[in-house]
Amino acid sequence: MTVFRYIVVLAAAYISFVLPASSFAGYDYIDINSPFLRKIPIAVPVFGTDNADNSSVQLSKKASDMLSGMLDFTGYFKMLDRDSFIEDPAKIKSGVPNIYFPNWTAVGAELLVTGDLQIKGGALEIELRLFDTIKASQLIGKKYNAGMNDLRDVIKRFSGEIIFYLTGNRGVFDSQIAFVSSGSGNKEIYICEFDGSNISQFTRNKAITLFPAWSSDSQWIAFTSYIRGKPDLYIVNVRDKSMSVIAKKGINITPAWVPGKFELAATLSYSGDQNIYLLTGTGKEIKRLTKEGESDVSPTWSPDGKKMAFVSSRSGTPQIYVQDIATGRVERITFYGRYNTQPSWSPKGDKIAYSGMNGGSHNIYVIGFDGKDPVQLTGNAGDNESPSWSPDGSLIVFSSTREGPSRIFVMTAFGTDQRRLLAISGEQSSPKWSLGSNNKQP
Amino acid sequence: MKKSIWIVLALLLVIPGLLFTASCGKKTLKADIETMKEKPKEAPAPPPPPPAPAPAPVIQKVPEPVKISAEEIRAREKAAAMKALMNEDVYFDYDSAALTPAAQEVLKKKAASLGKYSEVSITIEGHCDERGTNEYNLALGERRAESAKTFLIDLGLAASRFATISYGEEKPFDTGNDEEAWAKNRRAHFVVK
Repeated sequence: MTVFRYIVVLAAAYISFVLPASSFAGYDYIDINSPFLRKIPIAVPVFGTDNADNSSVQLSKKASDMLSGMLDFTGYFKMLDRDSFIEDPAKIKSGVPNIYFPNWTAVGAELLVTGDLQIKGGALEIELRLFDTIKASQLIGKKYNAGMNDLRDVIKRFSGEIIFYLTGNRGVFDSQIAFVSSGSGNKEIYICEFDGSNISQFTRNKAITLFPAWSSDSQWIAFTSYIRGKPDLYIVNVRDKSMSVIAKKGINITPAWVPGKFELAATLSYSGDQNIYLLTGTGKEIKRLTKEGESDVSPTWSPDGKKMAFVSSRSGTPQIYVQDIATGRVERITFYGRYNTQPSWSPKGDKIAYSGMNGGSHNIYVIGFDGKDPVQLTGNAGDNESPSWSPDGSLIVFSSTREGPSRIFVMTAFGTDQRRLLAISGEQSSPKWSLGSNNKQP
Repeated sequence: MKKSIWIVLALLLVIPGLLFTASCGKKTLKADIETMKEKPKEAPAPPPPPPAPAPAPVIQKVPEPVKISAEEIRAREKAAAMKALMNEDVYFDYDSAALTPAAQEVLKKKAASLGKYSEVSITIEGHCDERGTNEYNLALGERRAESAKTFLIDLGLAASRFATISYGEEKPFDTGNDEEAWAKNRRAHFVVK
């Protein structure tokens, strides 16, 4: 509710006061398909403020640090050390005529973000600009009027503008991650923002709760829980917590929403076989998707909803298969290793991430959906499981035991910049990234 | 006034004394009867009795303690059988729901015991070790529990007596991280309903 109010306020308040090249955005800055991505050196000096009072100065510093952190999180940038800057941050004035670009190219910056933050009448006025220091031109300029508590949302929004300009994609800033944590004594589902901040407990089932799955519009989370003593499937509305339950005999597990629809696939075993079924968002069975007599779990959908990857032990060991929904044709895509599970189809549709066991530990791999070119992304760092793509396909969140207990980690889609996302009491597992505003399907 | 207080005090002392004596007498009698009954029959020595004895009968009747004792023996036998059913798990190989010869032997013992106590219903829990992934293990645990159930039904036991539930790798018996622990965790565990 507060988020919605905020969006309305912000949408009404922010004025794009300069529209230079941004109408034909320069996607050539960052090619997110390149595995040899060169990090762009970017300078984010402390934002200016007219008020010399302590709270304004502190807030300017906080805002610039927040923006630095969010840009750094994407893995696209090399954040330049502020101590190396020639320009005195107190004297930096935004706007092209006021910036002496050679002072920024001299410290290695190719991009520069300036900001100006004022507190007026108990509200924030924030002006943010992105410059190309080599071309000496402004790429983006935005002005935001927002409430005193909305600073983080403004910074997320401008970070999204920067990433959209540079990559053509909205980025991850308004997405969330659901995960399982055992901190309360039971495994329960928690939700945090894209960068691991603002963690909140979503379920209080006081029972084993597993396998969270977001609907495309981020309004629903499906999961498996032993609330009634056995593994049943729950479909819960994120806002009002209204729910449907699928509590058939046997297991009711591993939900996966069909992109852009109020339908989901899940493994049910009431027939005696562990088959994947297509269900409505209220839990009614539409049809059985996988063939009888097999044991199939962990469905994941291609972004167009026309194909589904899943795990089956039909060959004797758990391997990943891709099924065409219209024709029913099934192809096995993993052949290396004896234990390949937890497929996650990339939002761009070309790849599938999964965990494979090799030499006694699990690691994250990425493979073409046609089974071509498997690449190992993690190694020599404990067990690495449950990969899930960021909505823009640039990052992969996963769980790892590299520090001992299982924790949530994040890395780029090429396996670089592996870092822990959060650490709270208990162990964390099964992260699932929401689509955020990237929920429009191709 | 004073006299009556003394009487009350005297009664307070005497009555509990009488009660105490009476209960002592009862115990002795019961013990004697049990000894008499057990010795000539050469019944197998019962296991050390659990700390919950049958309540002492209120009215002293000689044949009744004998009858209770016979029931108790049967009850104890059943309790021991149920305990064995629940304590002895059926173990599986890694990533397998197939019953090994050893697993089949354990199940045959369980079948004999379940044949004797036809009123007993069982929940068979399927469990896995921690090495696989949660999703697949939840499915594997169910297949293990179903394997055990199918074997018992094939031995002639009624399917209606069995329910299965999978816990995957969520409830390890041994939280260790080596083969010894994993082997104990790949199991079908029986719970008497």
